[in-house]
Amino acid sequence: MAENPPQSTVLTSTTAPIELQVAPRNPGLPLELEWVEEVRVNRSAVERRAATLRTRRTVKKEWQAAWLLRAITLMDLTTLAGDDTPGRVRRLCAKARQPVRRDLLETLGAEHLPIRVAAVCVYHTFITTALESLEGSGIPVAAVSTGFPAGLSPLEQRLGEIRASVAAGADEIDVVITRAHVLTENWRALYDEVRAMREACGDAHIKTILAAGELGTLRNVARASLVCMMAGADFIKTSTGKESVNATLPFGLVMARAIREYQERTEHLVGLKAAGGIRSAREALDWLTLVKDELGNRWLRPDLFRLGASALLTDIERQLEYFATGRYSAAHRHPTT
Amino acid sequence: MASIPEIFESMSYGPAPESAGTVNAWLEERGREFGLFIGGNWKPGSGETFETLNPATGKPLARLVQASAAEVDLAVRAARKAQPEWWAIGPHARARHLYAIGRHIQKHSRFFAVLESLDNGKPIRESRDIDVPLVARHFYHHAGWAQLMEQELPGREPVGVIGQIIPWNFPLLMLAWKIAPALAMGNTVVLKPAEFTSLTALRFAELCQEIGLPPGVVNIVTGDGRTGEALVSHPDIDKIAFTGSTEVGRIIRTATAGSGKKLSLELGGKSPFIVFSDADLDSVVEGVVDAIWFNQGQVCCAGSRILVHEGVSQRLIDKLKERMETLRVGDPLDKAVDMGAIIAPVQLEKIRDLVRRGEDEGAKLWQPSWSCPRDGWFFPPTLFTEVSPAATVAQVEIFGPVVVLMTFRTPAEAVELANNTRYGLAASVWTENINLALDVAPQLKAGTVWINCTNVFDASSGFGGYRESGFGREGGREGLREYVKWAENRRGGGADVRGEQADRRSGGPRAVGRRSAKTRKAVKADEQTVRPSAGPPIRVPPIDRTAKLYIGGKQTRPDSGYSLPVLDSAGERAGEVGQGNRKDIRNAVEAAHKASEWAKTTAHGRAQVLYYLAENLAARSEEFADRLHALLGNESSGEREVELTIERIYSYAAWADKYDGAVHHTPYRNVTLAMPEPIGVLGVVCPEEWPLLGFVSTVLPGVAMGNTAVAIPSSKAPLVITDLYQVLDTSDVPGGVINIVTGVPDELARVLAAHDDVDGIWYFGSRELSAEVERLSAGNMKRTWVDLGEPREWEDPVQGAGEEFLEQATQIKNIWIPYGE
Repeated sequence: MAENPPQSTVLTSTTAPIELQVAPRNPGLPLELEWVEEVRVNRSAVERRAATLRTRRTVKKEWQAAWLLRAITLMDLTTLAGDDTPGRVRRLCAKARQPVRRDLLETLGAEHLPIRVAAVCVYHTFITTALESLEGSGIPVAAVSTGFPAGLSPLEQRLGEIRASVAAGADEIDVVITRAHVLTENWRALYDEVRAMREACGDAHIKTILAAGELGTLRNVARASLVCMMAGADFIKTSTGKESVNATLPFGLVMARAIREYQERTEHLVGLKAAGGIRSAREALDWLTLVKDELGNRWLRPDLFRLGASALLTDIERQLEYFATGRYSAAHRHPTT
Repeated sequence: MASIPEIFESMSYGPAPESAGTVNAWLEERGREFGLFIGGNWKPGSGETFETLNPATGKPLARLVQASAAEVDLAVRAARKAQPEWWAIGPHARARHLYAIGRHIQKHSRFFAVLESLDNGKPIRESRDIDVPLVARHFYHHAGWAQLMEQELPGREPVGVIGQIIPWNFPLLMLAWKIAPALAMGNTVVLKPAEFTSLTALRFAELCQEIGLPPGVVNIVTGDGRTGEALVSHPDIDKIAFTGSTEVGRIIRTATAGSGKKLSLELGGKSPFIVFSDADLDSVVEGVVDAIWFNQGQVCCAGSRILVHEGVSQRLIDKLKERMETLRVGDPLDKAVDMGAIIAPVQLEKIRDLVRRGEDEGAKLWQPSWSCPRDGWFFPPTLFTEVSPAATVAQVEIFGPVVVLMTFRTPAEAVELANNTRYGLAASVWTENINLALDVAPQLKAGTVWINCTNVFDASSGFGGYRESGFGREGGREGLREYVKWAENRRGGGADVRGEQADRRSGGPRAVGRRSAKTRKAVKADEQTVRPSAGPPIRVPPIDRTAKLYIGGKQTRPDSGYSLPVLDSAGERAGEVGQGNRKDIRNAVEAAHKASEWAKTTAHGRAQVLYYLAENLAARSEEFADRLHALLGNESSGEREVELTIERIYSYAAWADKYDGAVHHTPYRNVTLAMPEPIGVLGVVCPEEWPLLGFVSTVLPGVAMGNTAVAIPSSKAPLVITDLYQVLDTSDVPGGVINIVTGVPDELARVLAAHDDVDGIWYFGSRELSAEVERLSAGNMKRTWVDLGEPREWEDPVQGAGEEFLEQATQIKNIWIPYGE
C-alpha cells in the first residue's frame, strides 16, 4: 500500500561550510553611465518572483531554528528614535551581547555557537555609550549619518558628520543618499556624493541607504544601487525605516540582482542590508531565502548581509522557544531591550 | 538528521514535507478502490481494473475501473436523462450549483492539492498555489456566466450531452476548464480523466454528491484510451471536448467527422519564448523557470523554445545555468521543491529518447551539477544550446523539462522563427519596449501571447490554439461558445418550406428550390454537367464567352484546359466556365497567402472596399438580375437576390470595423486583450442555392474580418460569379483576397480540405461531403464549418448572416500585458 514518498529525496548541490570571513572592501570604479542607462527592471516580473520566492522555499524544524539563529547573527540591532537615551542604548547593547536566553540555546544544542548580533546601530550621539557597553564583545557600532533620515543638510555638514562619527569610534556608517539625484536621474551628482562620503568614512564601512520607497520606480532602485556600488559602497541598504514603504522583497530582489550583476562584471562583493518594517521571524526567513537563492550562501554572512531591526529579535526568540519546547511563547518570556 | 550547529554553518534547505495523512486516510476508507460515477451513484466496475501510481515512488495509490463501452453508454444515458431538467432549472439555479462547487473546492483546497500532487507528481507548491485556486476561480467565474446566460448569450441554448476527455498534466484544473462552462451553459457531461491521474476527478464526483448536484449532470468514467474511444464514438454525444496530444486530437477529428458532434480540441505546442535585447534578463530567467520548469515541463503551452537576440544570448545562457543550479527537484509533497516527478515511466523514456536524439543531432546539452532522486521518475532541468531550427528537439514537443535555445537578429526573424512550427498554442515576448511588444504580438500565430510573463491563466481569459494546437477556447466569453449552439427556433421554417416555390409576383419571402437535407446528395466527382432546374424561357440571349478562373486578381485559364457547360433554366447552353482542378486550387491558395497583407489593412479600409463593392454591384444590378433569372428561371427572383446581396454586402462592410475584441478582467495588474484575428486563408465552398447571395454570405464574413478566400461558387449559376470578377476589380478588392475557382464543387472541396496550407474551410453542401471535409481537415487541424447537408435560409438575416459567421471567421488571441513601472 502506498506510503508517503521517501523523505529527503531533495538533493541539491552541497555547500561546504564557509569560514567566517570578511569580504575585501569594494573599491568602486569610475562612473559608467552607459551601464547605468542599460539597466532594465520589469516591475510585474520582479513582483511575481518576489511573491513566489517565499512560496517556493520554506525551512522547518531544525532548519528553521538554525536559520533563525543565523538571522540573529546578521542583525543590526537598531534604535533610532527621538526619545533614545543612554540607558536605552545600554539595554540594547546588553541584548546584543546575549540575544537569546542561555537555556534556550542549550536546549537547541547551540550553546557553543557564536550567537550575537552583527552590529548595534544608533545615532551619532550614542556612539560612545554603545562602544562602552559593547566593549570586549567584538560587536561593531554603526552610526546613521549625513542628516539621517532626509539627508538634505549641506554636503559639507554631512561629510563632517561622518568624520565626527568615525572619530568617535563608529565602525560602520549608514549614510542616506540625496533622493533628488535619483529622481532627476543625475547619476554624476549621486556618484560624486557617495564617493565623497566613502572618502570621509576612511576605514569605516559605508552602507548607503537608498530610501527605496522614495525613489518612485524599481528601475530607479536598480540604477541607484549600481551608482552607489560604483562609488564604492560596502553595503547598499533599502531604507531608513522612516519612509512610508520600507524594506519590501521586490526592493531587495532588485538590489540583490544589482549586486550580483556588479559582482559578475567587477568581481567586487557588495553587501545588502534590509531595514525597516521587518518584525517577524517569517519575514526574516523570507529575506534569507531571497539572499540565498539570488546571491548564494556566501552572502549569508554578516560581512555581506544585514537585517536592520529592533522588534524582530523578540519574535525570533519566541519562535525558537516554540521549536525547543513545542509550546507557543510570549514576548514577555524573553528579556527585552 | 543534521544538527542545528551544522545547519547554522551550511545554511542548507531541509525537508519540508506536506502531510499526506488525511488523503491517505481517505484512500484507505475507500479500500483504495473506486468505481464509476454514473447518474449520481457509484457503480462498481464489471470487468477490467487498473492501478494508479504515485510517480514519486512508483507505488500504487488505488485501483480503478477500466470503463467499458457499455458503462460509457450508461453514463451517456444518465447525462442525457439529466440534461432537460438541468436546463429547465434555469440560470440562477445553475449559478448556485456552480457557486457551491467553487466554495467546496476552496473549503477542501489542501485536500485536493495533496491528492493531486500524490497522483500526478507535481510539486505541492504548484497544486496548492496554482492549480487548485484556478479551479475554484473557474467555477466562480462560470457561476456568473450561468447567471447571465440569458442576457449575455441570447438566442443560444445548450449543446446537450458533452463527452470530455482530459489529460494528466493538470488533472483537476482541466476538469474545471471542461465542466464549469459546460454546466454553466446547461449541458450535462460525461468526463473521462486520464488513466494516470483520475483521483481528483473521483474526489470531485464525491463533491458533486456533497453539494447536491442533480444526478447525471456530471458523470465520471475512468479508463484508458479505449474508454475515450467509446465516448468519442458514442452516437448520443453532442460534443466532444478534448485536451491532449495532437496525435489523439487528429484521431478524434477523424472519428467525429460528419457525425455532427461539436468539437473543441486543445492540443500540443512548441511555444516560443522570445527575448529581445532590451529585456530585463534576470526576470527573463525566472520567466524561463515558469515556462519550462513548471509542472516538470509537462505543459502544453510550455515555453520550450527560447529565441533570444544574438547580442544577449551568451549573457542569458550564463544566467540560466546559474539559476538552474539552484532549482530543487524532489518529493512533490516537499514544500520547497521546484520540480517533482515525471508522470510515468513511458513519458520519462520519451523525454530521454528525445534528449539523446538532441545530442546525436549536435545540440549542446547542459544540466545542473546536482543529481535527481532515483526512487521515482525524475528528470533534471535541461538546456539545449547551439540548436538549429531543423533539429528534432526544436520541432517536436518533448513534454518534459527540456528547453532549446536559438538566436535571432531582428524582430522579423524572431517572428519567423517563432512561427516556424505546426503548433500555435502560446508565445511569450520579453522586452521593455511596448512598441516592439505590441508589434510582435499580433504577428505570432498563437492563441495566447504573454508579454513579459508566461504561463499565467485565468477563467476570464480564453485559452486555446491556432494551427495544429487545436481549436476552440476555454475560459472567458469566447470559451462559452464551445458549449452553446444557436437556438433551433432561430431556424425559421422547416425542410418542408424549403422545397416550395413562392409566388414571385407577391414579392413576399420565398424559398429557393433547394434539395432538402435528405434528398441532397454529394455531387460525384465524375459528374461533368451542371444542371440548373427547369424554368421559364430565358430573357437574355446566351453570352458567348468562356469565363476563366479568378486567381490573384487575374483571370486565369484553368490548368486542366477543360471547360464545363453551364445550362440555363431552359436547359440551353448559357455559357461555359473553366473546370478548376487541384493545381488551380494550389495556385489560388498561394495567391491568397500572398494577399495576407489584407489582414493588416485597417478595418475601416476593409469596410470601405466592401461598401464600394456594394456600390458597384448596385450599378450593375439589372444585368445581374437578368443573369440570375436567365440561369435559374423561376427559381430565382433575380432582382430580389441582387437586392438582398447588396444589403448583405452592406452588413459585412458594417461589421468590418465593429466586431471587436474585449479587455478581460483577469485578476492581475494587467490588461488582457482578447482580439479576434482572422484565421488566415479560408476555403469556402459556397451553397448551391442563391448563387449570388450565397456567395457573398459565405465569402464576405471572412473577408470582412481580414481573411483571404479561395471560393468555389455554386455550380448552378457560376456565370453570375464569374461576372462578379469585374465588379471585384473595379471595387479595389486587392488581388488575391478573393480567389474564385469554378468547377465541380465537391471535388474541389476535397482538395481544399486536404490542403495543409489552408487554415479554415467552410462547406455548404451535402452531408457526405461535410463528413469528408472534416475528415480530410484532420491533416493540419484546420478549422472547419460544415452544414451537414442542412440548408439555411440565406435570405433570412438571422440564419444567413451575423455573429455566427463572424465567430467562425475569427479566432481569439488573448494578449496579456502586465504593466507598472
